[in-house]
Amino acid sequence: MLEGQISINDYTTGNTKHKWDVKKILQAHRVIFEKIYKKGKVEKGYANRTLYINLSKKEIEEKKVTEDMKRKFTGGRGFGLKLLWDSIKSDTRWDNNENELIITTGPLCGTTQYPGSGKSLCLTVSPSTDIICDSNVGGFFGPYLKFAGFDALEIQGKAKDDVVILIDGEKGKISIETAPIEETNSHLLNEQLTKIYASEDTEKSRQKISVVSAGKGAENSYWGCLNFSFYDIRRKVCRMKQAGRGGLGTVLRDKKIKAIVIKVEEFDGVSNNPADPVTLARIGTKLHREIRDLDRYQCNMRAVGTSHLVEIMNEYDLLPTENYRFGSFPKASKIYSTRFYKYFTKIIPDGCWHGCTMACSKTVDGFTIKTGPYKGQKVTVDGPEYETIGCGSNMSLWDPFWILEFNFYCDTYGLDTISAGTAISFYMEMYEYGILNKKRCDGLELCFGNGEAILEFLHRIARGDNTDFIKIASKGIKRVKDWLIKNKWGDPQLINDCGMESKGLEYSEYVTKESLAMQGGYGLTLKGPQHDEAWLIFMDMINNAIPTFVDKAEALHYYPMWRTWFGLNGLCKLPWNDIEPSNNSETDEPAKVPEHVQNYVDYQNAMTGWNVDKNGLILQSERCYNWQRAMNVWMGRGRRKDDWIPYRSMGPVTEMEYLSRVDRYEKFLIEKTGISKKDLENLSLQEKMKKLYEYRQNQYQKLADAVYFRRGWTPNGVPTPQKMKKLGMDDPKMLKMLQEKIDEDEKAGLNVWGGKYEKNERPPSIHPKYWEKW
Amino acid sequence: MDKPKSVKILKFHPERCDGGLACEKACSQVHFKSDEGGSKSAIRILKDGKSFKMQVCDHRGLCIDMCPVGAITRKKNGIVWLDKDTCIGCQACVGFCPIGAMRKSDARIEPFKCISCGACIRACPNGALELIEVKIDDIREVVYHKQGV
Repeated sequence: MLEGQISINDYTTGNTKHKWDVKKILQAHRVIFEKIYKKGKVEKGYANRTLYINLSKKEIEEKKVTEDMKRKFTGGRGFGLKLLWDSIKSDTRWDNNENELIITTGPLCGTTQYPGSGKSLCLTVSPSTDIICDSNVGGFFGPYLKFAGFDALEIQGKAKDDVVILIDGEKGKISIETAPIEETNSHLLNEQLTKIYASEDTEKSRQKISVVSAGKGAENSYWGCLNFSFYDIRRKVCRMKQAGRGGLGTVLRDKKIKAIVIKVEEFDGVSNNPADPVTLARIGTKLHREIRDLDRYQCNMRAVGTSHLVEIMNEYDLLPTENYRFGSFPKASKIYSTRFYKYFTKIIPDGCWHGCTMACSKTVDGFTIKTGPYKGQKVTVDGPEYETIGCGSNMSLWDPFWILEFNFYCDTYGLDTISAGTAISFYMEMYEYGILNKKRCDGLELCFGNGEAILEFLHRIARGDNTDFIKIASKGIKRVKDWLIKNKWGDPQLINDCGMESKGLEYSEYVTKESLAMQGGYGLTLKGPQHDEAWLIFMDMINNAIPTFVDKAEALHYYPMWRTWFGLNGLCKLPWNDIEPSNNSETDEPAKVPEHVQNYVDYQNAMTGWNVDKNGLILQSERCYNWQRAMNVWMGRGRRKDDWIPYRSMGPVTEMEYLSRVDRYEKFLIEKTGISKKDLENLSLQEKMKKLYEYRQNQYQKLADAVYFRRGWTPNGVPTPQKMKKLGMDDPKMLKMLQEKIDEDEKAGLNVWGGKYEKNERPPSIHPKYWEKW
Repeated sequence: MDKPKSVKILKFHPERCDGGLACEKACSQVHFKSDEGGSKSAIRILKDGKSFKMQVCDHRGLCIDMCPVGAITRKKNGIVWLDKDTCIGCQACVGFCPIGAMRKSDARIEPFKCISCGACIRACPNGALELIEVKIDDIREVVYHKQGV
């Protein structure tokens, strides 16, 4: 094993090397349209303009970022929402010409001193959900976009043939070129384009390129992710990070974009021109030291990345296994982080942006592929991260090599591992019940644990296989549920209860059955069931720190707002609470990590020269969060019915699940529903399960009531104009629309609480139209 | 290329030091063309009870593997060298140096460190500093990954 201090040139991955005829590839390019632009300077974190490209109309424009826009939307995802509001219509769908693909940065993005400061936020109208999906991603593209002169990139329209969009920050030129010969799959395409566009044949030059792409899988499914490359000078490999959720890569390929390439001339530690670089270096160094001293005793991110979660989740019965039926499994130790640690390449700074010493982006180098078009080749696998390993357990894959193979092909095909993994798990469960079978799956034996069938499924998607099952299954759980029910192949309730999607998006990899707050963390969200809004399982279930509905609602206000803030600024959430100061547990609110919150207050002020406090950060988020919910409402969603979640995420759907945790459920029924032990014993298994089902469904509705009220929404989940005005969001078109929607709901009798309240209980407010008094 | 086997590092004789800090001033001349010493000096002489102690790089090179852009390398003469033009100012090396020898001044974003140039030795009127040759294998340290699991 390598022992450290190997000179950069001496590192080898052992990967299969490729020779490309770069000249031939480049000669086939034809410039369709282009624009020379004046290179600018970033001031206090902002480039102060965004870039608009219309592929249909062949237009390239610069848009100014105003002070008002900064005040209301901060940056990053906020800017993305503002640009979408100005460009799309309420009935815009993912494949319409006016749909946009937006990549944004944020004022703190590109800082090198503070770990986790290289995130891009990507937005579009999602094919899975028909509403806006936002997804954050590492890699060099976001920082480089800003250093090349733009706070955001907005792409509308569609090209006729495959194109590459080149943003050349060295020459100050944007060009859209046909790209007929390049590979489509990301691991090869990244390599080709990095080689083609690097100014010199040096590692340093290649490190100044970043590529956004999505492979063949993205073309043929709704699970397309965006791969953001970052060149690793030690491994000499274009590595990549994924904006996974919601089908952003599907939109990229629908627009016929093969890749977006960015190139910077120069950058250094103060390319953001912070107002106060000294403070920035001070707080950044403080965090580096914390990570140095404490990471190995806390999350061990530097050694194994997020895979350390596998053993913890299994221990607490939270690791999704066999389509979330169980939260732990006897074989789970086969995929613990210690197993993957053996294969991870060590002693390399594994941040996905410079200066991130949390360094969670692990790889397995020289991995031999055993299926599909790259069979026999040796490649670098980026990951696996926790979520991907969780997909493994969900599909009952207990072999690290199958998980690595799944990880590699999902990435290079441009498929979101989470959506693909969760969906396949559902198909496998349906297969087990006979609702699906070999014939209905077009010859695939999708039983739990069949790694070969899983990979074959991915290869068929990438090949554009036209059979019924592949066509529908690659569009996700929601469509498959409808298909199964339409064909009368199974009990509709069973199918709906088992399919782990909400709003059309597949669940990410946590079992939420025993934590009501976490059910809200998945259901009462903007884009769909993803853990990036709130992760309250421990707080709720283990520590019992938020026992009442009011407590849970407060947590489901604060944490989604707090986590939204990272996306407004171009930051990663991990350095907030995946490393904690040693005295954190002695603070008033350990779950919030107060010292780190203060770091972020100081960080934003040092960058922008503003003078905000911690409440100011939450206010920034609240503005954008409510704006996004309001846009969901505008697009015909964003109501209580859309915050529906499947029962599998609330409780045991099948008898096997109930019986596997029978003590837990019976104790719960006695404690919560007030039934006596004797009466319970007289109930049949089905009656007990029904009782639990009804109780938990009602709990979820009561939670929604409390959360909507806390967030300043109507009982049907619509942000009120009063709330929006209070936040300083006074767009007249938006306010008028919201009022109209609330009036519509009123007429339809929908402005009523969803929970059934007993005599001794009260809903959050007994006043109808309580919001009008604000 | 043959790898260097030894490196010259600073040795401090506290009994000869009078705390005059001529060494720090000379060092800040080398790095910042300033005779302020203190935060602009790669060598620090700190009070240690009645005596003094030295804080300076011993060229163990742990920082080499920390640098995301490869700005830190071991030179032919064995010293650990930070290339200011390649550095992107992330402070990872500053934060991870276990002995606080990678230094950062408010004057610029890129850190700096001892390069065993001997300016401090020449400046010391009492002969409290000297350069001694040590084997790199004896001082080399492997990065924190190994201590992780």
